[in-house]
Amino acid sequence: MKILVPVKRVVDYNVKIRVKADGSGVELANIKMSMNPFDEIAVEEALRLREAGTASEVIAVSIGPAKTDETIRTALAMGADRGIWVKTEEAGQGNTVEPLTVAKLLKAIVEAEGPSLVILGKQAIDDDSNQTGQMLAALLGWPQATFASKVVVGDGTLDVTREIDGGLQTLRLDLPAVLTTDLRLNEPRYASLPNIMKAKKKPIEQKNAAELGVDLAPRLEILSTTEPSGRTAGIKVASAAELVGHLKQAGVL
Amino acid sequence: MADILPTLLFAEHDDASLNPVTARALTAALALGAPVHVLVAGENAQAAAQAAARLDGVAEVLLADGPAFAHRLAEPVAALGVALAPAYGALIAPSTAVGKSVMPRIAALIDVMQVSDVIAVVAPDTFDRPIYAGNAIQRVRATDATRVLTIRTAAFAAAGEGNAAPLRTLDLAEPSAHSHFVGEDIAASARPELTAARIIVSGGRALGSAEKFHEIVEPLADALGAAVGASRAAVDAGYAPNDWQVGQTGKVVAPDLYVALGISGAIQHLAGMKDSKVIVAINKDEDAPIFQVADYGLVGDLFEIVPELKAEIAKAKA
Repeated sequence: MKILVPVKRVVDYNVKIRVKADGSGVELANIKMSMNPFDEIAVEEALRLREAGTASEVIAVSIGPAKTDETIRTALAMGADRGIWVKTEEAGQGNTVEPLTVAKLLKAIVEAEGPSLVILGKQAIDDDSNQTGQMLAALLGWPQATFASKVVVGDGTLDVTREIDGGLQTLRLDLPAVLTTDLRLNEPRYASLPNIMKAKKKPIEQKNAAELGVDLAPRLEILSTTEPSGRTAGIKVASAAELVGHLKQAGVL
Repeated sequence: MADILPTLLFAEHDDASLNPVTARALTAALALGAPVHVLVAGENAQAAAQAAARLDGVAEVLLADGPAFAHRLAEPVAALGVALAPAYGALIAPSTAVGKSVMPRIAALIDVMQVSDVIAVVAPDTFDRPIYAGNAIQRVRATDATRVLTIRTAAFAAAGEGNAAPLRTLDLAEPSAHSHFVGEDIAASARPELTAARIIVSGGRALGSAEKFHEIVEPLADALGAAVGASRAAVDAGYAPNDWQVGQTGKVVAPDLYVALGISGAIQHLAGMKDSKVIVAINKDEDAPIFQVADYGLVGDLFEIVPELKAEIAKAKA
């Protein structure tokens, strides 16, 4: 079976982001960008299924402006077979490509490629929406398992253990299906130098939203982006007894 | 505004009881200004529906009870939401594992862009939500005719109880699904649930082992009647189970009192607890970032301080 893995280029998780003073967004110029960490886990899971002989091909797809191909190339260096890049305009005020739009674009690609499984990160660490996988599953009419921490392939089915509130839940999905990854599913590999070199020769097919028949107009109007209200440091206390005194006074004990 | 469409709130529950996050999400739902109906979908969920009917401000409770809704799997609950959607101006759920799985499915099927993790209702169509792990707050206006929202319940106070809203049983065809429940492994605990607890005691990597976590963090939590949390570092090191994790990648909490033991205060952890009313940090590194958000900081060896603290609390409560 083919596996499609959508990946997103986001601000690297180690970067402390800065909110622009005019409230128009987050500073993205000259910032280190990387593959969304949950998507790395998705790529890794797809590669493991291919290495186990379950999957025949792993296709990495990304939607975004110039340089998004670097993120696809990262997936290819990890081991994905080929890439698809839906190229969009430079991100700016008023042209955010929202999860609903991404899900529609991915649906068009799924219909063209015919994968039996789509594995996505549970959320992107920039907009933290946690929507795309569920929306894609809905548009395709496929079953979904979000927050996967263990995946076992059966005969035309998939047993997925999910991280839910208070513990774990296991679902059996009929294929084709959509999965979203949680942190503990696996530990993604690093791309080796020979694989980085090999990835340069792997094909990336370029598409645009118009040819996929999807309207990119956003539905949410972003009015402002601001710093969260901060907390200020309180006081240092010298002993457990002093601490308990303060807590009693604050009325929280 | 006589013809304003009501708001449908998806209750978080386990059939037998209503999860307290529902009462918090209700406060957000009421802020939209329309009558609020609460949907309880489950199997043998009468008790949860009756609990929902007691919440102040609820106009009506809808009960969808049947085997198809057992364990609230995303496909059948989303199909139910889509069937109900035309009668509602807004569909709302708390940002729980169920809410996060179901709501985007509904949103896509009715062609609406969802607003996730709402922390403030600015106007009936305008919401604040955190992005970049809470390091920025985005204010968005939803332009779709129907609004689909998930609510970060830690940001809203719970609605009161004392109501007796009418209960209507839905008679809907049982939707089929391509996903099947196999099993569940839910830790049974006498402690309060993390997202609903008034006090939380959390441990970090400085505990050093699962044994020490158990010996140091848990007795203090029990002395305080608190829930137990953990930093991601402690979870990754295997000191505590993943569903105890507080932070951007775990649970977002806002208790009255949050006690951080041996937690350095990585951004991702702060994003999950910085809205707590009172924060206490105990850490031997006086430069640990956790002290920048703590109301009361105690620098020192937690293995010595925590037992003392437990004794002082016992004294204070006696």
